[in-house]
Amino acid sequence: MKGLKLSRVLTYVGAVLMALWILVPIWLIAVSAFSTRQGIFDFPKALLPNPFSADTMSFFLGATNVLPSAGRSVVVAIITIVISSVIGAPAGYALARFNFRGRDVFRLVIVSTRAFPIVILSIPIAVAYIQLGINDNVFSLALMHCALALPFTVLVTSSVFAGVPRDLEEAAETLGCSPLQAFMRVVLPLALPGLAAATLFTFVLSWNEVFASVILTSRNRTLPALLVAQLDESPLNYKYAGGFFLLAPSMVFMLFIRKYLFTLWGRVSR
Amino acid sequence: MAEIQLNHIIKSYGKARATNDVSLTIKDKEFMVLLGPSGCGKTTLLRAIAGLEAIDSGTVTIGGRDVTNVPPRFRDIAMVFQSYAVFPHLTVWDNIAFGLRMKKLPDTEVKKRVEMSAEMLRITDYLQRFPAQLSGGQRQRVAVARALAMPSGVLLMGEPLSNLDALLRLDMRAELKKLLRDAGATTVYVTHDQVEALSLGDRIAVMKQGVILQCDSPLRVYDHPVDKFVGGFIGNPPMNFLRAAGLAAIGLIAPPGYDLVGIRAENLDSFTSPMSGALEASILVVEPLGSHNLITAKVGDEFIKVNTRAELMPEPGSKLWLKPMPDKVRWLK
Ligand SMILES: Nc1ncnc2c1ncn2[C@@H]1O[C@H](COP(=O)(O)OP(=O)(O)OP(=O)(O)O)[C@@H](O)[C@H]1O
Ligand SMILES: [Mg+2]
Repeated sequence: MKGLKLSRVLTYVGAVLMALWILVPIWLIAVSAFSTRQGIFDFPKALLPNPFSADTMSFFLGATNVLPSAGRSVVVAIITIVISSVIGAPAGYALARFNFRGRDVFRLVIVSTRAFPIVILSIPIAVAYIQLGINDNVFSLALMHCALALPFTVLVTSSVFAGVPRDLEEAAETLGCSPLQAFMRVVLPLALPGLAAATLFTFVLSWNEVFASVILTSRNRTLPALLVAQLDESPLNYKYAGGFFLLAPSMVFMLFIRKYLFTLWGRVSR
Repeated sequence: MAEIQLNHIIKSYGKARATNDVSLTIKDKEFMVLLGPSGCGKTTLLRAIAGLEAIDSGTVTIGGRDVTNVPPRFRDIAMVFQSYAVFPHLTVWDNIAFGLRMKKLPDTEVKKRVEMSAEMLRITDYLQRFPAQLSGGQRQRVAVARALAMPSGVLLMGEPLSNLDALLRLDMRAELKKLLRDAGATTVYVTHDQVEALSLGDRIAVMKQGVILQCDSPLRVYDHPVDKFVGGFIGNPPMNFLRAAGLAAIGLIAPPGYDLVGIRAENLDSFTSPMSGALEASILVVEPLGSHNLITAKVGDEFIKVNTRAELMPEPGSKLWLKPMPDKVRWLK
């Protein structure tokens, strides 16, 4: 009984520490991003920026290359979403519905592709891209992001589709649907929230991706690549604002899809 | 006309055969129940008729047309799933109309049919609700209404009552019987509940390990089981089985080749004093059931269950003399 209580307390302490590990830097960045140029150096920091100021953010957004880079990031993310959905979702459906030979091996191989460090993958790919003359361009970078996102897309869409009972599809087929019609009229509407969550996650994945972006682009940087490239020469307020700008969409999206992420990963790890 | 013919249906999963060379003819408008213990292949057979399961060999014909390789939507069937399979993203109205719209019936016809079958199943008040806002019993009604609304000659039902509580199941059973008789479709109904089978079926096909052991009217299956399995599976309590040799003493001589006798609990007259032609039994348990008593007794080293009048209330440990009704004695191999 006593041991049980102690382990509970330890669990909570661990959880709080982990939460702080994530939250403190986010807080630091957020507060600094909305402080004045001098406020950034204040110590100890106030809980909320005081005085509140949009100067830092507008300075950052007004800097050369920032908005074009952000735009490129969005384009890359959208292309990534489109390609990885078109390729990944059917694979996910097959994994969820068909009991084919080698299914478990296939699943394992998909997971294991994530075990390769991006750094190691990036260099040969960069060489290949340069030889093909397709480096430094949003489409080629999106291709790379697709390669990174696909394992996730396949596994997550497979768990989304697995969450739609097979019976419903079969019922639709007995009621006059072809397999494609059953998919469009029954499976897709029911899978849509989960698929949307997967899409948002893919967006975040691509939006935040640094390594491949730095290596595969030079003049046409995405936003993370731009920030990393300028890390040494940029002023502190610029870094804070940039950090916040990168963080914001991820945090907002995660809030929306939090519920799904739990069930998604819960089912995938089954 | 929607006669269903199953010819030598074989379906294997790995090495195991879920249906092992099953042949069965279900007459037009007949109510056929597939009955058997878990894993005997009932669902597999039903799904083979529906076209949801590709069979390894054999043919399925519906209404004289070979549909073995025809997808479900062209088979002239409607199906009720055990899980109900009501579409959660559609209202009850849209659920019932789903198949009718797929068949491209005119709107007035769709409306007419939806309203008619909703009325039959008394769910008219829920037509605008979503399935999540319904109880399990109501969802089940939606599933049946959706199938009945379809203009199809064959109705397939896979354990539709098994998820309902006992009382609701009893109500629904009687209601289904009437509804389905009125609907006039050829019906195949899967269950592992023998009472459901006896009460609903025109005929019952009793299955075990992928084969049909007996296919007869409920009375016939109950009264003349072909073997020990069928007699033991149907009826509550199950049929009693005694070694035939033990009955020679009371003048019941087995025909050559038969070594088992089957007799139901209600087909034994019981006496509290010795009687010629009666077996001596010692009473183990007496269970008063209101309308009658169920007595478990021992004849020699074999157990036997007997129904007696409610007034007859012997003590456990005392003796009882049991006389089989001659025309109810079934010789089995
Ligand atoms: N998809 C499948 N994969 C492998 N084996 C299966 C599959 N479906 C059924 N089986 C096997 O086939 C046999 C018959 O199954 P079926 O579902 O037809 O039984 P059932 O009579 O409907 O049983 P229950 O009353 O439990 O529903 C069982 O032994 C089952 O394990
Ligand atoms: Mg079954």
